[in-house]
Amino acid sequence: MPDLTKANDKFSPYGRELDSRLLLGTAMYPSPDILRQSVEASQAGIVTVSLRRESARKQTGQGFWDLVKKLGVDVLPNTAGCHTAKEAITTALMARELFDTKWIKLEVIANDDTLQPDLFGLVEAARELCSQGFEVFPYTTEDLGAADRLLEAGCEILMPWGAPIGSGRGLNNIFALETMRNYYPEIPLVIDAGIGAPSHAALAMEMGYDAVLLNTAVAKAAAPVVMAQAFAIAIDAGRKARRAGLMEQRDMASPSSPVVGTPSFHFSES
Amino acid sequence: MLKITVNGNPLDSSAKTLAELCLELDYGKAKIATALNGDFIAKEQRVETVLQEQDSIEIVAPRQGG
Repeated sequence: MPDLTKANDKFSPYGRELDSRLLLGTAMYPSPDILRQSVEASQAGIVTVSLRRESARKQTGQGFWDLVKKLGVDVLPNTAGCHTAKEAITTALMARELFDTKWIKLEVIANDDTLQPDLFGLVEAARELCSQGFEVFPYTTEDLGAADRLLEAGCEILMPWGAPIGSGRGLNNIFALETMRNYYPEIPLVIDAGIGAPSHAALAMEMGYDAVLLNTAVAKAAAPVVMAQAFAIAIDAGRKARRAGLMEQRDMASPSSPVVGTPSFHFSES
Repeated sequence: MLKITVNGNPLDSSAKTLAELCLELDYGKAKIATALNGDFIAKEQRVETVLQEQDSIEIVAPRQGG
C-alpha cells in the first residue's frame, strides 16, 4: 500500500515545498479585502502579481504590496502584456528587483484576441532569463517541441494553457494535455489559464497535473470567497483521486453486484 | 530642460540623472522599478544614469495580476 498521506505529497516548484496545489491570481476582485479572504479560503500557496506604471501622485503600488505581504504566501510576478522577448526580459528584471524573487511567470503574448503564447519569443526569453539565474515558470501551450526547448533552456516547470486566459472554458485539448503529462512524467506541470469551474481543476488534478493556476474564475464569481473554497475542495479531491488510482474505463457495462448467487425466478405462465 | 517621456507621457525635466528624476517626480521611497529606453536600470544604477533628450523612462510598481 503506497503512502498516500498528505505529508508525503508536496508540490515543489524549483525545490520550494508547498502543501497547496493552487496558484491564485490577485486581479479583478471586488475589493482588497475580498482578495485577502479569497486567498485565505483557497489555501493557495502562491499568488501571482504584475508590474504596472506607477503614478507619482497616487502611488497605489505600496498599498497593494503591503496587502500581499500580509497574505504570507509566495509571490510569483508575471510578465503579462509583453509581446516580445525583449519586453519580457526587461519586465522580469524589474520584477526581480521589486519583489526580491528569482521566480518569474514568463508570458510572451502572440495575439491580443486569444492571448496565446508566442512560443518563439517565449523560448528566447526563457533562455536568457535562465542564464541570468531566474527560475522561470513559462506560460506555454501543449506543444511538445516548444516544451523540449523550454526545458533545454533551463525551465524546470511547464505551464500549458487549458484554454485562453479569462475564457473559463476549461481543458480545451484533453488529448494533448494527457500526452504532455505522459511525455514528461517527472516534470512539474501546471495548468495555467482557462480554468472556469472547480470541476475543471479537479479534472486537471485527476489527469496528473501537479497544480493549477487561475484567477478570473474566483475573482469574477458572484461570491469569490465561497468559490475559492470550492476550488480548494476540488483540487484536493482531484489530487486524492489521482493518487488513489482511477479505475480503468470500459466500453461496455459491467455489473457491480456479484453475478454468482443471483436468484433465478421462475414464474408460472398460468 | 530635457524633453523626455515618463510612462508614456511627455515631460520637461531639469533632472540630470534617473535618480534625480525619481526625486523630482516625488517617488521618494516608493517601491518602484525603472527602465530607460527599454533597458532595466537597477535601483543603485539610477544615480549614475544620465538622462538625455528624448529618453523614454518607465517607472513601475507592484500591481494585481493573474
